[in-house]
Amino acid sequence: MAQISKRDKALSVSPLKTSQTVGASLAFLGINRAMPMMHGSQGCTAFGKVFFVRHFREPVPLQTTAMDQVSSVMGADDNVVEGLRAIADKAKPALIGVPTTGLAETQGCDVQLAVKKFRSSYPQYDHIKVVAVNTPDFSGCFETGFAAAVRAMIASLVPEAAAAGTRPGSRRKQINVLAGSLLGPGDVEALKELIESFGLRPLLLPDLGDSLDGHLGDDAFSPVSTGGTPVAELATLGDALATVVIGPSLYAAADLLAQRTGVPVHRLPHLMSMSTVDALVCLLAELAQCPVPDKLERQRAQLQDAMLDTHFMLGMARFAIAQDADGLRAWSDLAADMGAETVAAVVPSRGVEMEEMRVPTVKIGDLEDLERMAAAAGAELVIGNSHAVATAERLRLPILRFGFPLYDLIGGYQTCRIGYKGVRQTLFDLANMMLAADHRRVEPYISSLAQKPEYQKEQKHESGTAYASLG
Amino acid sequence: MKAKDIAELLDEPACSHNKKSKSGCAKPKPGATAGGCAFDGAQIALLPIADVAHIVHGPIACAGSSWDNRGTRSSGPTLYRIGMTTDLTEQDIVMGRGEKRLFMSIKQALEDYRPAAVFVYNTCVPALVGDDVDAVCKAAQERWGVPVVPVDAAGFYGTKNLGNRIAGDAMVKHVIGTREPALKPRHPHTPEIAVHDINLIGEYNIAGEFWYVLPLFDELGIRVLCTLSGDARFHEVQTMHRAEVNMMVCSKAMLNVARKLKERYGTPWFEGSFYGITDTSKALRDIAALIGDADLSARTEQLIAREEARIHAALQPWRQRLQGKRVLLYTGGVKSWSVISALQDLGMVVVATGTSKSTEEDKERIRQLMGENTKMIEDGSPKALIGIVKEYQADILIAGGRNMYTALKARVPFLDINQEREFGYAGYQGMLELVRQLAQTMESPVWPAVREPAPWRRPAAALARAAGE
Repeated sequence: MAQISKRDKALSVSPLKTSQTVGASLAFLGINRAMPMMHGSQGCTAFGKVFFVRHFREPVPLQTTAMDQVSSVMGADDNVVEGLRAIADKAKPALIGVPTTGLAETQGCDVQLAVKKFRSSYPQYDHIKVVAVNTPDFSGCFETGFAAAVRAMIASLVPEAAAAGTRPGSRRKQINVLAGSLLGPGDVEALKELIESFGLRPLLLPDLGDSLDGHLGDDAFSPVSTGGTPVAELATLGDALATVVIGPSLYAAADLLAQRTGVPVHRLPHLMSMSTVDALVCLLAELAQCPVPDKLERQRAQLQDAMLDTHFMLGMARFAIAQDADGLRAWSDLAADMGAETVAAVVPSRGVEMEEMRVPTVKIGDLEDLERMAAAAGAELVIGNSHAVATAERLRLPILRFGFPLYDLIGGYQTCRIGYKGVRQTLFDLANMMLAADHRRVEPYISSLAQKPEYQKEQKHESGTAYASLG
Repeated sequence: MKAKDIAELLDEPACSHNKKSKSGCAKPKPGATAGGCAFDGAQIALLPIADVAHIVHGPIACAGSSWDNRGTRSSGPTLYRIGMTTDLTEQDIVMGRGEKRLFMSIKQALEDYRPAAVFVYNTCVPALVGDDVDAVCKAAQERWGVPVVPVDAAGFYGTKNLGNRIAGDAMVKHVIGTREPALKPRHPHTPEIAVHDINLIGEYNIAGEFWYVLPLFDELGIRVLCTLSGDARFHEVQTMHRAEVNMMVCSKAMLNVARKLKERYGTPWFEGSFYGITDTSKALRDIAALIGDADLSARTEQLIAREEARIHAALQPWRQRLQGKRVLLYTGGVKSWSVISALQDLGMVVVATGTSKSTEEDKERIRQLMGENTKMIEDGSPKALIGIVKEYQADILIAGGRNMYTALKARVPFLDINQEREFGYAGYQGMLELVRQLAQTMESPVWPAVREPAPWRRPAAALARAAGE
């Protein structure tokens, strides 16, 4: 349904896009005892690190192959080998993720070959998994990089059923969840609870709810991620009863998982609307062969009530949304379900199934595009990351912060927007913003003939401007 | 940029220990490197110039993760906070369309934002494929008549420190000396005094802290032609050649600017800092002395006496609370000595300090301030820092933002000293904010709550439970 409008200007102003390399690094950070090492110049990593630290307010393990002038020209395979060795030796991780940058890709690196070299040179580190993935920043965006890393982990860490002897359903309680980049730690936590409430055991790939949820550990210091999907568990994905994939960007990764393991896949674009949560709840009830728990019935009834309470504020409300494609899909669905309109929609790069969005036009662009579209269309509320706060200020509109990065919101990473409860809270938040903005208020009219005393006073002092100043 | 140009920038004759290889410029080690690249350094050095359109030429990673990421503040234009990048695509790179996109990008920025000038930062990918950024900038400047300045700062050239120098070099080469300053104004309150012109190089106005210092200059009749680059305007940078004195603030990073201005225009320069009472007073004195106006020196002494008396009185209650507290200072090196002086003014004890990015001269100064036995930290890894905090029984870690959460996870009080911080510490007045923030974290009641185990894990509780059974 949606028309896709391509990038149509040379300069990107107030960029919405975050690089694939950074997105891929985040996926690796959802694995327990992991260390991502960006293959590029040291600045790529330094920027990525500051980006994550400001968002999560956590120490973030991230390393670099530190390409310099010589290796940038002559080839940097040795940097990959040496970097892997150094990390394996010092940090003793369970997994090293190696996402490439535009620099390495332009130079023409063969990162897989470099990893092979590392393997043959240092067999003593064979117990440490290494997953390399091509994620140059000259294509895609945060979400596609995240998806590429998840796919690469499946390709190299999940054994094929025939070879490993895994059998779908042999772990009768296990549900695999491929959790897309639109799910933050708070969402992931809620999703696990939802699945557990059916007596099932969720295994998430990746599990940011366990690694970057902001918990104070017992150890004073850890050089690697503290929490996340245990690497050993990835071998059991093939024994699960089913795989649920959240977010269209991960559908391809889910297909690969199904192909390797034979475990059936159930696709959900997001969990930010009643119908999508319903679909998951029905699926879980069927898989667990048990009735839907009373608690969920209650939460659904609460959501229904909230939909009624908030439809006054949200019906015909005009949203301007800037997100990666999965995020836009989720928010525009939520808007459409409430009778609100997405009048300005911008994504940084093409996503999966974008044409199916319930939005007239999706612009591939930046926050300057969003600002112009929102102003032209008379938007009333902005949904975007912390960079979009300045956009909203210039538009004089309220903003609901969502996405990456959120650096001006303490605890933004743990907000839960999914499930009946999360959607209900979201509706309240949106409705409160619309109430506070009071877009439909009537401006007072100052009658020139009325005899109200304050009118007389104003007119006496500065006749001519009195009307304007009272308005 | 050619290897020889980089070598030339790394060779800084004004640095007294230049013959020794500076650790900050050493080759980075794969898998064991922290810190930014040359592009990072160049952007940080120039981004505060508020009325310039800063265009990052490259794919998204360089600008995408870093724009609007600074604590630096402007008293006027906010153009510098709008991220601009050519956001190169695979097509651009494969088909060689980067230069064309850059040219059109400059046009777009000029038309939409009417900047005083455009700065173009070259990054790794276009540097590698060989985009001729200099030529594009030159053509654009000729075509549209607005200064377009190339800053060739690919990340793989080297470290942040090198990037600072690249930025300074670009200013010397393309901007400074291209305009004369406005006529000297009369002093508004005391028209009989002579007004003097100075520059401050390497002052970034983090969290607006320079505004604690600027009123003092106003009072003394010292016009700051330009701060490179906090709250600066392009037109101010153009006039920097007319200063009577250049002050290098806190760091060696843009030493090449001071040296070249001395070579070309004979401007004397000195190194100083606005952190701490002692150093602030010293900086003011040095400026007056170098200008060589006896009347100015006399008035400076009066101002110092007044301000010191005032701030000492205001700090008195805080001093008792902070006296003797032990500090581990890790700034990566460049600002170490200036902050040490501020902490010593408060009666605090600096037990160790980071020097991994310090030049030999910085280290020498640290030795003078703290004595020969000072622990100098070369390994700034989070693990090493936490180890030193424990070993030296430090009460607080003062470091850059990226170490903040390392400290907190280890349950150690922390103060952020780097560019992303939210509080200003410069000048006499800044000391009041500094003591507040120091006391605030060290005296916080949260420490026992986060250090003690949960009640059911405490041995006493276990004993009590056993006794109850």
